[in-house]
Amino acid sequence: MKLIVNGEATESRATSLSELLNELGFEGDWLATAVDSELVVEQDRAAFCLKDGQRIEILSPMQGG
Amino acid sequence: MSDHHDHLSLYGRQLSSRILLGTAQYPSPTILSEAVQRSGCEIITVSLRRELPKGTDGQSSGGSFWDLIQKMGAHILPNTAGCHTAKEAILTAKMARDLFKTNWIKLEVIGHHDSLQPDIFALVEAARNLVADGFEVFPYMTDDLVLAERLLAAGCKVLMPWCAPIGSAQGPVNVHGLRAIRGNFPDVPMIVDAGLGRPSHATQVMELGFDAVLLNTAVAKAGDPALMAEAFGKATEAGRSAYLAGMLEPRDMAVPSTPVIGQAVFGEL
Repeated sequence: MKLIVNGEATESRATSLSELLNELGFEGDWLATAVDSELVVEQDRAAFCLKDGQRIEILSPMQGG
Repeated sequence: MSDHHDHLSLYGRQLSSRILLGTAQYPSPTILSEAVQRSGCEIITVSLRRELPKGTDGQSSGGSFWDLIQKMGAHILPNTAGCHTAKEAILTAKMARDLFKTNWIKLEVIGHHDSLQPDIFALVEAARNLVADGFEVFPYMTDDLVLAERLLAAGCKVLMPWCAPIGSAQGPVNVHGLRAIRGNFPDVPMIVDAGLGRPSHATQVMELGFDAVLLNTAVAKAGDPALMAEAFGKATEAGRSAYLAGMLEPRDMAVPSTPVIGQAVFGEL
């Protein structure tokens, strides 16, 4: 399945969003995720089924003013 | 020290400090922590960016910063910096709420590339949406009175007018405008956000009656950021105390401060 993860074309075998995070090495409880510009909250990631061509954003805290 | 009863109330949260600090551009995480501590600030602003997978050292950039801000113990005010549309800002705010577990959001919708002036139309649209969704919105705005009215009508309970463009260090470039927005909405907590360059600028806007200041670059890019943070903290307190004390209005003519009653008359010597 082809996905766009943080703007990069990515080939994945993950079926759920939480599987994708594991597959790509994203760990920690400081992540926020969105699929096709819709928020997917932490507790919904395991049940969220991914589809070919979806755009995934994975964000984390950073310094800001 | 501040008057113990002079608390700042933001969305029901009582605070004794009137300085908010951004967390960007510091030389090191240690210096950032020290600056926060020495300023006395109780609220720090943070942002969100795309995360990278864990590096070979087992740490991620987001994880390191997450650990740092947890240790600081300050209230977190996430921002929507870098957003140029209401849609982007709304999604970023929702992601920030999921991550930081707070309804607070510093709402930034940038409309002009060079000046970083907010897109006031998108700002109001985003504020209305976010308030309806349960957010407590801190809008980064200009000092426009009509914009202030629209944001209050949208449900904002705090306003954050700039005093100059972000990072410009110009200080209050439109004192008349700041005085007008303060005077027109005397009961609304207002934080001057952006454009402060020197501690005297913080004192100046606090003397005008603003409730707090938010700054980043002037501290982070100082030669000694922690010392400058302390200076801004003291300057903010000084301005607040002066405002509460009631200041003398300027006069055109000299007025002697020493009483003239009982003054000796020596005649011509």
